[in-house]
Amino acid sequence: MKKKVSSVILSCIFWGSGQFFIAKKKIRGLLFFAAQVLLLAIELLSGYWFNWFAGEIAHFDIGTYGGYFTKGLWGLFTLGTTPGVGGDHSTLLLINGILTLMALLVFVGIYVWNIRDAYKLGRQLDETGTIAAVPSRIKRRKAFPYLVLLPIGIIIALVVFMPIVFSVLTAFTNYDANHMPPGQLVSWVGLKNFFKLFNVPIWSQTFFGVLIWTVVWAVCATFSTYFLGLFQALILNSRHVKHRGIFQTIYILPWAIPGMITLLVFRNLLNGQFGPLNQFLMNIHLIKDRIPFLTDPTIAKVSVILVNLWMGFPQFMVMLLGVMSNQDASLYEAAEIDGANKMQVFSYIKLPLLTRATAPLIVMNFAANFNAFGAIYFLTNGGPTNPSYQFAGDTDILISWIYKLTLNQHMYSMAAVMNILIFAFIAAVSIWNFRRTNAFKEM
Amino acid sequence: MKNKVNSFFVHLELVVMALLVLIPIVWIVLSAFNPGNGLATSSLVPKSLTLKNFSRLFTETNYRQWFMNSLTIAVLNTIFSVALVLVTAWIMSRFKFKGKKTSLMAILLLSMFPTFLSMTALYTLFLNFGLLDKPVALTIIYVAGAIPYNVWLVKGYLDGLPKEVDEAAYIDGCSYFMTFRKIILPLSKPIITYCAVSQFMMPWMDYILPNMLLSSDTSKTLAVGLYGLITGRENTNFTMFAAGAVIIAVPITILFIIFQKYLVQGIAAGANKG
Repeated sequence: MKKKVSSVILSCIFWGSGQFFIAKKKIRGLLFFAAQVLLLAIELLSGYWFNWFAGEIAHFDIGTYGGYFTKGLWGLFTLGTTPGVGGDHSTLLLINGILTLMALLVFVGIYVWNIRDAYKLGRQLDETGTIAAVPSRIKRRKAFPYLVLLPIGIIIALVVFMPIVFSVLTAFTNYDANHMPPGQLVSWVGLKNFFKLFNVPIWSQTFFGVLIWTVVWAVCATFSTYFLGLFQALILNSRHVKHRGIFQTIYILPWAIPGMITLLVFRNLLNGQFGPLNQFLMNIHLIKDRIPFLTDPTIAKVSVILVNLWMGFPQFMVMLLGVMSNQDASLYEAAEIDGANKMQVFSYIKLPLLTRATAPLIVMNFAANFNAFGAIYFLTNGGPTNPSYQFAGDTDILISWIYKLTLNQHMYSMAAVMNILIFAFIAAVSIWNFRRTNAFKEM
Repeated sequence: MKNKVNSFFVHLELVVMALLVLIPIVWIVLSAFNPGNGLATSSLVPKSLTLKNFSRLFTETNYRQWFMNSLTIAVLNTIFSVALVLVTAWIMSRFKFKGKKTSLMAILLLSMFPTFLSMTALYTLFLNFGLLDKPVALTIIYVAGAIPYNVWLVKGYLDGLPKEVDEAAYIDGCSYFMTFRKIILPLSKPIITYCAVSQFMMPWMDYILPNMLLSSDTSKTLAVGLYGLITGRENTNFTMFAAGAVIIAVPITILFIIFQKYLVQGIAAGANKG
């Protein structure tokens, strides 16, 4: 029999045995074997398998008697079978199930690696009769990145990746106020939530209503700040300006002050009942009745965009000033010599150049505005409440609606459905943006 | 003549704009020293100034505790995220290994998923490990959440540094970590500054996660505490909120202006991904 075949067969049954017996790689073989022993030991020692083999358990049930891995998978598939306090806790079972699955995948990875390694060593023996020794310096060089990245990878897998998987899976369950662990069980419902979102009128009406406003908001918020930033940058760059530094520092303040503070301040400034802005306008007899800045559906929408404009224009202003100072003035002079007037120079040369230089920033800003939870929630709380919407207000954007569904209504499953849709949208925009950048082309 | 008219209008615009920016800021600062309590009772321009709101803030609320919680989180977050990001980015930029492209693409995708969207999972996870209501535990989420985006940013920066320098160092007998410390660290000061400052400023005003994971009043962070001061109680606590807002906004604003150059570079690099 060829050595590569026997080596693979041995390693398929006892991990590392091909390496150990055929290729005489003792340490490597033992390490692979240790992984197998670890896998079996965890499973057997954490469960009641021995008692079952001894015939002590009449009705074997994986949920009660299984080991770490079988129990985890059982939990992931059933989400618990015993309702009531002291029964199964569905969401904990789901999390443990995902953790188990991730651990199992690591072991499967080691197993596959073990077989491939056995095959490679066997083939080398078949072809050359010996195994070329790899200098330890090169070995260390190869292993170094993996060793350093391993702990970081584990943290990301646990704290970033696992919650995302959980969130995605929740969309396929009935996890809501009526199915709240502990006490009640959650179960898998397939695509039912997605159908609900698109087919149940109150849900689809709210979803599309909120979605349209989210897009309108993101577009208005991005372009209003961009153009005011551009305008302000052009003015500051004008040769008439004296004390430019003072003005520039003042304009940066809205960007420098923490956003949440700004929003809470404006929430009070624009307060319909006691707000000083209303008071001031009444004192100078400009208005007779108080304006409901944050409680009228239309006025509130305008208010959030204007407050965002106040907060957001300095960023673009500073970025554009930076781009302008790096631009070659001779380009404009050449155009002027060719007979272009100031307006033409601006709209055909300056504006396109500036827009191109800041395009990735605009896209990134758009994606950020799409998910600008604070800009809406801290200012209006999403209000005023819209009675024809499902738990959403007129100024609610998708992300603040999700927040309300999660925290106030405990509709975790519907919130998760929306999470998936938002993620798909943001990822599509960001990848499209990223594919045009240098970083991607170089990769 | 035409020049003078132009100059007048330009300056008029600048002054009007400056006023629009300054009025809300001046108003909130004055409110912090306003003798009234609520939004309605405190006059627009206070007749006298008082420090009463500040003393109320420290005696009637747990402001000091909130501040310390936020400060602890911010400092830990800065140290750990900068260290992990730098090391990861350095490996991604300078070493060739199998699976590098896949892992880079994976963290790029992960960085597009806002941490906030996985809040139910994080809540259950914290419940599972008994970490609820422990402010320091939030750091884990912030640090892990900071890695994907910032690794791309720093990797882009390191890619721009000449590789010949560190190869020369290896030939001279430097170990990996020695090269990292003696060559990479000093050269990447601007991007480290950006990461450190942005990671330091972020936890102060993050609201969603602390609000969800911390419940008792003494374990709150500043953002949650401040928000709680005014929601529904604009008319009893407004000036106290103003005082609390001013105390935290002033240092952060100054920090921002000091490091403005680095922040601008960092954001521009982030949009272009290096």
